[in-house]
Amino acid sequence: MKLARRIYALSIIPIISVLLALLVGAILIILTSPVSQGELDLLLPIKAYEALLEGATGISFLDTDDGTLAFAFSIDPDRAARALTSTLVAAGPLVLTGLAVGVGFKAGLFNIGGTGQVLVGGIFAALAGAAVAEQPVPVAVTIAVLAGAFGGALYGFIPGALKAFTGAHEVVVTIMLNSLAAFVIIGLVNDIFKITGPTFARTADVGNAVLPVLFGRDGNVGILIAFAMVPIAYFLIYRTTLGFEIRTVGANPSAARYAGMSPRRLIILTLSMCGLFAGLAGAIIILGPSLGYYPAVFGTTIGFAGITVALLGRSHPVGIAFAALLLGGMNAGAPAMQIVADIQREIIDVIQGLILLFLAMEVVIRRVLRVRAESIAPEELQTVSASYGQGSTT
Amino acid sequence: MDLLYQIPVLGFLFQIVGYLIDAVVNTNLAPQTLALATPIALGAMCGVMNERSGVVNIGIEGMMLTAAFVGFMAAVIVDDAMPDAQPSAFFGFTPALLVGVLAAIGAGMLVSALHAWMSISVRADQIISGTVINIIALGLTSYLNRTIQPSGSAGTFDSFDPPEALVDLPIVGWIFNMFLSQGPITMSVIVIVIILQVLLFRSRWGLRTRAVGEHPRAADTVGVNVFALRYRNVILGGIFAGLAGAWLTLEFNASFQNGMTANRGFIALAAVIFGRWTPIGAFGGALLFMFSEALGVAIRSNPPPGDLGVWLSGIQASYPSIYNNSFSALPYILTIIVLAGVVGRSIAPAAVGQPYVKEGAH
Repeated sequence: MKLARRIYALSIIPIISVLLALLVGAILIILTSPVSQGELDLLLPIKAYEALLEGATGISFLDTDDGTLAFAFSIDPDRAARALTSTLVAAGPLVLTGLAVGVGFKAGLFNIGGTGQVLVGGIFAALAGAAVAEQPVPVAVTIAVLAGAFGGALYGFIPGALKAFTGAHEVVVTIMLNSLAAFVIIGLVNDIFKITGPTFARTADVGNAVLPVLFGRDGNVGILIAFAMVPIAYFLIYRTTLGFEIRTVGANPSAARYAGMSPRRLIILTLSMCGLFAGLAGAIIILGPSLGYYPAVFGTTIGFAGITVALLGRSHPVGIAFAALLLGGMNAGAPAMQIVADIQREIIDVIQGLILLFLAMEVVIRRVLRVRAESIAPEELQTVSASYGQGSTT
Repeated sequence: MDLLYQIPVLGFLFQIVGYLIDAVVNTNLAPQTLALATPIALGAMCGVMNERSGVVNIGIEGMMLTAAFVGFMAAVIVDDAMPDAQPSAFFGFTPALLVGVLAAIGAGMLVSALHAWMSISVRADQIISGTVINIIALGLTSYLNRTIQPSGSAGTFDSFDPPEALVDLPIVGWIFNMFLSQGPITMSVIVIVIILQVLLFRSRWGLRTRAVGEHPRAADTVGVNVFALRYRNVILGGIFAGLAGAWLTLEFNASFQNGMTANRGFIALAAVIFGRWTPIGAFGGALLFMFSEALGVAIRSNPPPGDLGVWLSGIQASYPSIYNNSFSALPYILTIIVLAGVVGRSIAPAAVGQPYVKEGAH
């Protein structure tokens, strides 16, 4: 009973935020329908969201064949299997970048560097994978995945060390590192790691390091790796001394210092760990069956999506897993929506931004909708900007 | 000179310095730098206005992007409606461009108003509010751009052509060239920076703004309306982010591309820190950060002579992509070095990031 109340208290605002974001997204779809469809179409959002749902889960509740909208619930098992697989494939990296942001929040750190850490993790995994391409599959996959995690951790270590020793705020540093990683990696792939043969610049095939497919077209081991991190992160944050120290330094840095904890050590460790999660995300994308190499033009937005995932999941590993499934489903369903309803897939980014907006307006939503503020420990609703520009931590 | 260049190691340094001086004085490196620094400097003015009054603004990037899109669309619409309008001799002003700039400024202020409301009234986490603005701005402008697919363009402002006699003056000619061979938005930057610097440190408004950013409670007890002043400054800061956006689509480019701000808003934040929260300092930071980008262009079009040139073209021949991307990456590396305090510690206004709660209120 206590658990149920806690889950309600933590999830009611995220759920309301998602619904409000879908509502505002629907209004936007209607307002732009004269341009996208040639006429004002009040039912377009229903058509669009239905296509989105069907693309993500295979569940269809409309029959649009004869041009009119009729309610008709149906599930095609094959289609559902395919849709759910692509949702899981899309959700895997999001779980990891969500953890990369969420674990940081626990220590009062805002890691916007997910994008760069994903890129570095990806290139490390690609290069290591190419080096062990001939090894037996389990060996090759393990080495390549670990290399990606290591690369990401290294790229998280940099802002951690800079913050700990010079006070450089991690928000601006990690954003700079995102761009830096992109420029450096493009240069390296084009000039050094490029292989001859393909028509576009890319690294060598990772061979046996490609993540084995378990089900469907591309349901691969990466999904297992990603979701396995959820209990691991939970255990780490809530059941270990290190996790306790991270939460303490996040809730009250001075108290942590007086209790003999070293904020410097914790900042470096936490941001390295955030980087590790994001690096894993890069590894499972690059090593996935649809790539298997690092293309020079590789760009990704899942680092930023991780912020939405973390905040929507209340920085709790379980919440992050659900949030990643939701956003992964949206990403998986977007192409179907674009084809069926002719709505540009960027609407998904708008909706994700709106979710964040409503989450940030929690106080207002509670007041307007009269949602009672249940007693939630303040550490579960982290703020991060109090430290902005305040210099060194010691 | 050649004798100097032949000293081992040191001679190489002389060659670099010699090339830089030559490039600054004799090529258009200086005006290029100022032009590229314009959105950074304007974004930084937005940052100074916000942070001096105690509000963190990570959302400058999104404000710029929104303004760039709205300004561009407004200009295209007016341009379509008035196809016969002739550009005036004065910077090539057309009604479309003028409306575009005003719309961009309006968009910047509107988004700023959202940030002000979130930060000051809702008391949401200010970094998250800024992040929200960035994500929504990128998504919304990309969605609308792809949906509308604006065809055509309203063109751009013309650059001013300073008199030859001024530009050809020995020693100082390049300075006139730098500040005068520019479009109207770039040219206005130096004026804005100086006005803001004077106002911030020499006016009653500036004193109050700094007080609200350092110690809002103290300011409140002597009768300064903390909320009103923060609202006003954050919204007025949007003017500069809006102008930066207008520069992107109405002065530098004649089109809008998704995500075209390319982290300029974040480099602006770093310029603020570099300049220790002063307008002049932030302007200097913007020039420094963009110098490397402009230098890359200058070196490509006008490679240095001697050993230095041989060395550079050797790298360019073997590693073309690394070579080109290095110049683009340099501003970000400089920014990180600056943030790490290598050029001296920089202390933010004390109350930055902390929402103000009146005593006794909840």
